[in-house]
Amino acid sequence: MSKTGVLFGRLMRHILRSPDTIITVAMVPIAMMLLFVYVFGGALAPSIGNDVNYVNYMLPGILLMAIASGISYTAFRMFEDKEKGIFQRFMSMPIPHSAALWAHVLTSLVSNMLTVVIIFAVALIMGFRSSAGILEWLAAIGILMLFTLALTWVAVVPGITAKTMTGASAFSYPLIFLPFISSAFVPTETMPAAVRFFAENQPVTSIVNTVRALLNAQPVGSDIWVALAWCVGIGAVFFVLAVRAYSRRMS
Amino acid sequence: MAMNAIKVSGLCKSFGSQTVLNGVSFTVMQGEIFALLGSNGAGKTTTIKILAALLSADGGSVEICGFDVAKQSNKVRKVISLTGQFAAVDDILTGRENLVLIAKLRGVSNPAGVADSLLDRFGLTDASNKRAGAYSGGMTRRLDIAMSMLGNPKVVFLDEPTSGLDPEARLEVWKTVKELAGSGVTVLLTTQHLEEAEQLADKIAILHGGKIIVNGTLDELKKLFPPAKKEYIEKQPTLEEIFLAITAKKEGK
Repeated sequence: MSKTGVLFGRLMRHILRSPDTIITVAMVPIAMMLLFVYVFGGALAPSIGNDVNYVNYMLPGILLMAIASGISYTAFRMFEDKEKGIFQRFMSMPIPHSAALWAHVLTSLVSNMLTVVIIFAVALIMGFRSSAGILEWLAAIGILMLFTLALTWVAVVPGITAKTMTGASAFSYPLIFLPFISSAFVPTETMPAAVRFFAENQPVTSIVNTVRALLNAQPVGSDIWVALAWCVGIGAVFFVLAVRAYSRRMS
Repeated sequence: MAMNAIKVSGLCKSFGSQTVLNGVSFTVMQGEIFALLGSNGAGKTTTIKILAALLSADGGSVEICGFDVAKQSNKVRKVISLTGQFAAVDDILTGRENLVLIAKLRGVSNPAGVADSLLDRFGLTDASNKRAGAYSGGMTRRLDIAMSMLGNPKVVFLDEPTSGLDPEARLEVWKTVKELAGSGVTVLLTTQHLEEAEQLADKIAILHGGKIIVNGTLDELKKLFPPAKKEYIEKQPTLEEIFLAITAKKEGK
C-alpha cells in the first residue's frame, strides 16, 4: 500500500506539473456546454420544456464526456511508462507488482474528479442550480466515480497493449461521442425508432438520467439500478482483462 | 574465498518456434565486471531479463547470490538492480526527485540524504534540481545508473549501458561502471562493442547462436588466436581520438 502511495505521488506530480492535461480535458466539454446552452439551447427549449433549466439538464452528459476523454490520458500515461521501461524498472524492484498499476488507477480517479470539479464550477457560473441534499450529492458523485473507475479499467487495456501512442488513446473517441446519442442533450422521444432504441439501451442514458434526477432532487426510479449494473459490469469485465494483460506484459 | 555472485546453468528460452537461448552457462564471481558480448538479437537482453526475474526460462537454472530466480524471485529482487537498454528515468521529475522516488520504493532510510550523496558521487549535483528530461544523454545514463545503486544492490545488470551515447558520454559511463565495481558490486553488462568489453570487463563471454561460445579473461581470449606478428604500420589516429582531442581543447581541459 505505501509503495502505491509513493507511485501515486509521482503521477500526481506529473499532473500538477502539466496542468494542461486537466485543462485540455475540461475545455472541450466546457465548449460543448457553451455551445448547447447559448447556441442550440433556445431552439431546443420547446422539446425539453420552456421552464427547464437547460444547464441542469445537460450537465450530467457533459461530465460523462469529460470523463471519457480524461481516461485517454490514463492510457497515455501507462503507455509512456511501458515504452520508457519505467514499468520494467519497478518490476525488477522488491515492491508488489500491482503497485504501479493501482497508482495509475488512483491517479485516473483523482485527476478526473478534478476535471469534474472544474466543470461544476463553470456550470455554476452559467446558471446551474441544484436542489439536492447531501445524500443525493454523495450518490451523484459516487456514480460519477464508479463510471470513472469502470472506464479507467477500459483504458488500462490499450495503455498496456497498444503498439503506438495514438493506438493507446484512440479507443476513447467513440466513448466521447456516446453522450450525443443518449438522453444527455435532447429527450430520446424525439429520435427515430432505431436511434431511440440504441439511445435508450446504452449505458450513458441510464447514468445521465440518474445523475440528473439526483442533482435535481427528483425520484431516480429504476434507472439507478441500470446505471449501477452498467458501471459494475463494464468495470468487472475490463478489470479482469486489464489485470490479465498487465501480468502477462509486465512480468 | 571469492563467492559466485551469479551462477547460470543450461539456460534455455524460446519464443514460439524461435530458440533464443539454447543451453547458456556461465558464472560470475563477486566483485567482477562480466561482459556478455553478442550481436543484435543474440539473446543478451533475454538473458538479462531472466537473470533479473522479469522473464521465466524454459529450462536451466539461475542463482543470484545463492537465491534461485525462479523460486526465490522476491529475495533476488532485493539484491539486484537492473538498468535497461533505454534509460528508465522519469523526464518530468528532477534528478533528485528520481533518486528520492526509487529510494522510497526500496525503503531506504533518509531518502533525501542518500539521493544527495549519489548526486555528488555521479557528478550530477549542479543539475539535481533540473528536470531529467533536460539532461544530456550521458547525464541521463549516469542518473539511470545512480538510481540502480539505491538500496545497495549486490549485483547490477547493465543492458547496453552506452548504446546511443556520444564518445564523451561513453567515457563518463565507463568511469562510472569502474567505480561501481571498485565498491565491491558485481556488474554484468551486455554490449555489442568489443572495445567496451576490453576496457571494462574482467571476464568476457561471447553469446552466439544461443550458446556461450567463448568465456574467459581478455588474455585468455587472446591466446585462442595465433601469436601476434610484428609489423610496422604508421599509426593513424582514429576519428574518435581526433574528436575527443579537439573537443577537449575547445573546452580548455
